[in-house]
Amino acid sequence: MGPSIRRALLAAAALLLCSARAAEPHAAECIVPAASGGGFDLVCKLAREALQEAGLTRRPLRLAYMPGGVGAVAYNTIAAQRPAEPDTLVTFSSGSLLNIALGKFGRFDESAVRWLAVIGTSYGALAVRADSPYKTLDDLLAALRKDPDSVVIGASGTVGSQDWMQLALLARLAGIDPRELHHVALEGGGEISTALVAGHVQVGSTDISDSMPHLNGGAIRLLVVFAERRLDEPGMAAIPTARELGYDVVWPVLRGLYMGPGVSDADYRRWKDAFDRLLASEDFARLRDRYELFPYALTGEALEAHVRQQVARYREMARDFGLIR
Amino acid sequence: METLNFLLQGFGVALTPSNLAIALIGTLIGTVVGLLPGLGPINGVAILIPVAFAFGLPPESALILLAAVYLGCEYGGRISSILLNIPGEAATLMTCLDGYPMARQGRAGVALSLSAWSSFLGAFIATCGMVLFAPMLADWAIAFGPAEYFALMVLAIVALAGMAGDKPMKTLVAALLGLFLSCVGIDANSGVYRFTFDSIHVADGIQFVVLVLGLFSVSEILLLLEKTHHGHKAIQATGRMLFNLDEARRVFLLNLRCGIGGFIVGVLPGAGGTLASALAYSTEKRLAGADGRFGKGDLRGLAAPETAIGASCCGAMVPMLTLGVPGSGTTAVMIGALTLYNITPGPLLFQNEPELVWGLIASLFVANLMLLVLNVPMIKLFTRILAVPNWALAPAIAIVTAIGVYAVHATTFDLLLMVAVGILGYAMRKLDFPLSPLLLGFILGGHMEQNLRRALSISSGELDILWSSGIAQGTWALVALMLALPLLRIWRRRAARRAAAAALAE
Repeated sequence: MGPSIRRALLAAAALLLCSARAAEPHAAECIVPAASGGGFDLVCKLAREALQEAGLTRRPLRLAYMPGGVGAVAYNTIAAQRPAEPDTLVTFSSGSLLNIALGKFGRFDESAVRWLAVIGTSYGALAVRADSPYKTLDDLLAALRKDPDSVVIGASGTVGSQDWMQLALLARLAGIDPRELHHVALEGGGEISTALVAGHVQVGSTDISDSMPHLNGGAIRLLVVFAERRLDEPGMAAIPTARELGYDVVWPVLRGLYMGPGVSDADYRRWKDAFDRLLASEDFARLRDRYELFPYALTGEALEAHVRQQVARYREMARDFGLIR
Repeated sequence: METLNFLLQGFGVALTPSNLAIALIGTLIGTVVGLLPGLGPINGVAILIPVAFAFGLPPESALILLAAVYLGCEYGGRISSILLNIPGEAATLMTCLDGYPMARQGRAGVALSLSAWSSFLGAFIATCGMVLFAPMLADWAIAFGPAEYFALMVLAIVALAGMAGDKPMKTLVAALLGLFLSCVGIDANSGVYRFTFDSIHVADGIQFVVLVLGLFSVSEILLLLEKTHHGHKAIQATGRMLFNLDEARRVFLLNLRCGIGGFIVGVLPGAGGTLASALAYSTEKRLAGADGRFGKGDLRGLAAPETAIGASCCGAMVPMLTLGVPGSGTTAVMIGALTLYNITPGPLLFQNEPELVWGLIASLFVANLMLLVLNVPMIKLFTRILAVPNWALAPAIAIVTAIGVYAVHATTFDLLLMVAVGILGYAMRKLDFPLSPLLLGFILGGHMEQNLRRALSISSGELDILWSSGIAQGTWALVALMLALPLLRIWRRRAARRAAAAALAE
């Protein structure tokens, strides 16, 4: 009896030692709230590479994947089960905020976590096949006004998703009932470009980071981008913004990171400072470029305020479009 | 002739010492990742992308590494299917059906080597197909719209009936259960949650890994425990480690058929290895007719899916290289990797980056050969798993399985769900229900519904879109043929019986 108890105690002690090592600072973790290989994954990888290159982390971020409910599982886990881990970051996008607004993240709202930093953005855009009869946005809108059902529009996501939302906003400004649009739910930029090239859909509602890989091939072109101003990038500068065409729709797709609600102010500040320094550096700009993201820097309290405001805006839109009551 | 020139150039790239070394490392890593249940080629490729980048590999080397890992994973996936009856990933599900019985009969070495050979042949056929037809096939592949896919999925589900064998009712129940489970989660069209009972953990559906590991792995553990209790002895891998010439000759024509078929299915964006192996298996089972021992350790039942998988994973590269359209989840991740290098896969890739494209194609040949050469001597090592006694094997499988699920999804909920599914799987096995129709129903059901909904939303609800194109009509004709064949057989048997009865009466 005696020796076996001692052995068990020894094992327990060893286990404790192991877990103590895992909690050692600077073995920071970046949680990807999706399966590997998507947009969320790229944010963690960008953060890992940039922080390491800039010497802001001693050891590279450890990536962990926690897919489920388009980010809902990770959000709930951090809010409820792992709220106080000082070195755990989770990626989010504007889509996560929209889902919070739509009540798809369970019982938690936007105040359940600490929003840390936005490190880049993409912008919504409408794409057509290279030989499409719609040369400009006005061609497309004219066709839609005549018969909203005649143009098949593929968006990556369901009714109420970001890609649907930006289109609905544009349609409403152009005097078209969003609910009459001929919407087909596809998945991701790859599927949209396939469907466009094959002619299964005539218009794709997507975002630029997602469609960029398929643009240079020359098979599809962009009609409009939902950015504040024209994008300063070869091949992108010629694409008009919705705003300059007279439709005030700006749809940035932010990519950033949040932390648990129980993280101490000191730890939060330590990470915020790291990201502040990172976002200001030249090297980071180069790296972010490679990951097909556009500049957008927002950290700490400024971001928290922005998130609150943005979620409120999404909620209002969702109510307008009859998506929530 | 021009093509041949390019290919030679490609071999020039692939056969440099550094690229050969990279392909070797890639195939080794891939085999190990594929061997672990739950981890598949997507994970392997996604994990290695930043590594390739960190080492500053030039784009063609990076792509060679990723392709080698991809092929290696497909190779590794079969090992656990054959030895433990646990599919390493979705596509190798069909490999279990005859591979595991073979291992139980002590022919594990033969099963492993024959499947390696079949997969090699499949990949070889597909790579040749790629060299010859890539640009032509590309146009054809994207002509497959939602309506055509729907018809293809119906064909696959009808083909499932071929697996029914002597228990059609139980097969049907299992397949329907799988179809039902594929409905769980957010509806991709309307965003409505179905059967989630307000739990965020199943909000985007039941994870395939959880289902497959629960059904196969957990239930296998329970069965193992039961056997240990009854004092069963572990099976031994006896006899030959390699297949012989006669066996290779017997499946050679089948290898060719399944290789070509698998390549064609692989080229279709999104269809992938699971569909290819399911179609290959059920077609071959039908072709074999009464003299087949499918499901009981038939060589053909093992060779057919393996050839198709090998062929389809090379085929999936065709739409990626020619159109920039992913042919599978893994190639989608590879496209992401290419964009990191500022290389855009698409119609112009063959013109702009010939050394990259042809280097990749040549390295597919090289990596395939490497895998075959590497894996054959390792077969003896792998088969040792069978010699492990059950009391050690069951907990080991339990640990690896739990780690597999947790590593991929990092939630305890999935572990609990896996155990629950495992108990269901155990009960089903005890009641003699086949498990693979359930899984195939699950995989195909999701695709089928999605494509039907898309097709109908494109046509505003008009049903004729489903049979408006030539491809769709052709597929429906095959469906009709598949359905008519068993009826024909029954009718013939009845006629024969009637003739016999008449003869008796006289």
